Amino acid sequence: MSTTPHTTAYRRDRLWLAAMVHRVSGVLLAAFLPLHFLVLGLAIRGEAELDGFLQWTKSPLVKFAELGLVLLLAIHLLGGIRVLLIENMPWREGQKQMATIAAVAAVGIGCVFLVALL
Amino acid sequence: MSAVRLYVWQRLTALLMVPLIVVHLIVIIYATNRGLSAADILDRTRGSVAWGLFYALFVAAASIHGAIGVRGVAREWLGLRDTALDRLMWIFGVVLVVLGLRAVYAVVAT
Amino acid sequence: MSTTAEAMIDVRVWRGGEEGEYQAFSVPRRDSQTVLDIVTWIQRHADPTLAYRFACRVGVCGSCAMTVNGRPRWTCRTHVSKVIEDGRLEIGPLANLPVIRDLAADMTPFFDKWQKAEGTFVPSRTRHEPLETISPDSAERQAADAAIECINCGVCYAACDTVRWSPEYFGPAALNRAWTLVNDVRDTGNLKRLAAAASSGGCHNCHSHQSCEQLCPKGLNPTASIAGLKRRTMQAYIRGEIS
Ligand code: HEM
Ligand code: HEM
Ligand code: SF4
Ligand code: SF4
Ligand code: FES
Repeated sequence: MSTTPHTTAYRRDRLWLAAMVHRVSGVLLAAFLPLHFLVLGLAIRGEAELDGFLQWTKSPLVKFAELGLVLLLAIHLLGGIRVLLIENMPWREGQKQMATIAAVAAVGIGCVFLVALL
Repeated sequence: MSAVRLYVWQRLTALLMVPLIVVHLIVIIYATNRGLSAADILDRTRGSVAWGLFYALFVAAASIHGAIGVRGVAREWLGLRDTALDRLMWIFGVVLVVLGLRAVYAVVAT
Repeated sequence: MSTTAEAMIDVRVWRGGEEGEYQAFSVPRRDSQTVLDIVTWIQRHADPTLAYRFACRVGVCGSCAMTVNGRPRWTCRTHVSKVIEDGRLEIGPLANLPVIRDLAADMTPFFDKWQKAEGTFVPSRTRHEPLETISPDSAERQAADAAIECINCGVCYAACDTVRWSPEYFGPAALNRAWTLVNDVRDTGNLKRLAAAASSGGCHNCHSHQSCEQLCPKGLNPTASIAGLKRRTMQAYIRGEIS
């Protein structure tokens, strides 16, 4: 028997999920940024240093992670625009469709990246 | 810092980053398509005032936006309050700015 | 009526306070049955000690809200057919509020926050002055009317995860009320109200999940009201009226 009365089926909702995706993508991007800056900073010690790292990024696993980053950036960007529109424009119907369009477009950007990669 | 103030800074930097990230995504895809090498990247950036400004602005906006964002998440999901929150926000923001500007310097000025 | 083939519903009802457990009841199915009918049937026929709250039974008073299969609902106007899942109903007290007993939640924090959000009318005229005439068609009045039908049921408050995760957050209902008054041309309390909306419990906590909007039984849209407050507080902040 559960010891708390509160269950949360209302979370099975596209807009609730969209908010969570936005949050998690934001946190992951924030976690990635220091690493990104450290890698770029390698160029201080010369091109070879940075290139050495970029050679490592040629491994399929790292490419996969890069795809993840592009997806995160795209979904956070489009989801963020969606939030800015809600907050600053007159209300409009079709919020769920907007969230879906943002997700589909982000996957589309991911696909373009994949094509560019291969 | 007051809630409105944090909100205004977070949303203004978000708005500012919309064009920056669109450009960044295009550059990422273009650079990856060409095989992503240090020579390639540094060719573009070295000595370029335009890219220097672009990335410096990007670093500033992302640091402010990200630090305030992380503060909000820590407030709700880690239950941090007041000084602990502000400390987290400032430390994270300053680390990002310092590392970020160092990176810009690395790819533009060396 | 046949007694053997009578259709029954598996109902689980929260018993206890903050701690307790769900208790199972078998309740006969009726046509056009509401969730409140189910709870009342249990109290009358199975366990008279069951605590719950209601008054009008017609969607006016806002006192009958409970959590039904994981979503907050006004139980007197919620048909069982709309919310039943696999023949089962789970009924608990409203979330994000202290539990008094069984299905009765303590609404005190909810109403306290209406005060904190300056959700009270501040008249510009005294009772000795003539009534101000307001055209119902004016843009201001329509903006105020858009969010005015709130019955204080607490459904939106219980559906808001930001309230859950940030207990000082005023929540959708109180801010929706504040937005109504911001748009009311007869009111003079806006500076204090915007300052409250911009404080740490105010509108900037909201992440536009729209759970409140989706579940409000009156079809109101607190997300849009709160977005309005975000714009007005931002303007006031930029003009230096609040900090
Ligand atoms: C959180 C947001 C960001 C993400 C997800 C991101 C992602 C990426 C990715 C995947 C690449 C491809 C090459 C590599 O992996 O090194 C890249 C390149 C790069 N990034 Fe970022 N980045 C972000 C923010 C920034 C910021 C704020 C700066 C500012 C300094 C920056 C500067 C660069 C530069 C200079 C390159 C090389 C581009 C070129 O080929 O010319 N990035 N970024
Ligand atoms: C075009 C660029 C971006 C836009 C339009 C944007 C937009 C937004 C918006 C509107 C929010 C508020 C969401 C809410 O309160 O529910 C937000 C939150 C956040 N953003 Fe961004 N963002 C962008 C880029 C970034 C970047 C590069 C990072 C990484 C440093 C980032 C990290 C975060 C974090 C950690 C949050 C907090 C999430 C939350 O409170 O749920 N964002 N973003
Ligand atoms: S939109 Fe705002 S008020 Fe409504 S549930 Fe989400 S955080 Fe709460
Ligand atoms: S806004 Fe809707 S859900 Fe919230 S208290 Fe008012 S009537 Fe109930
Ligand atoms: S009993 Fe009055 S609204 Fe349900």
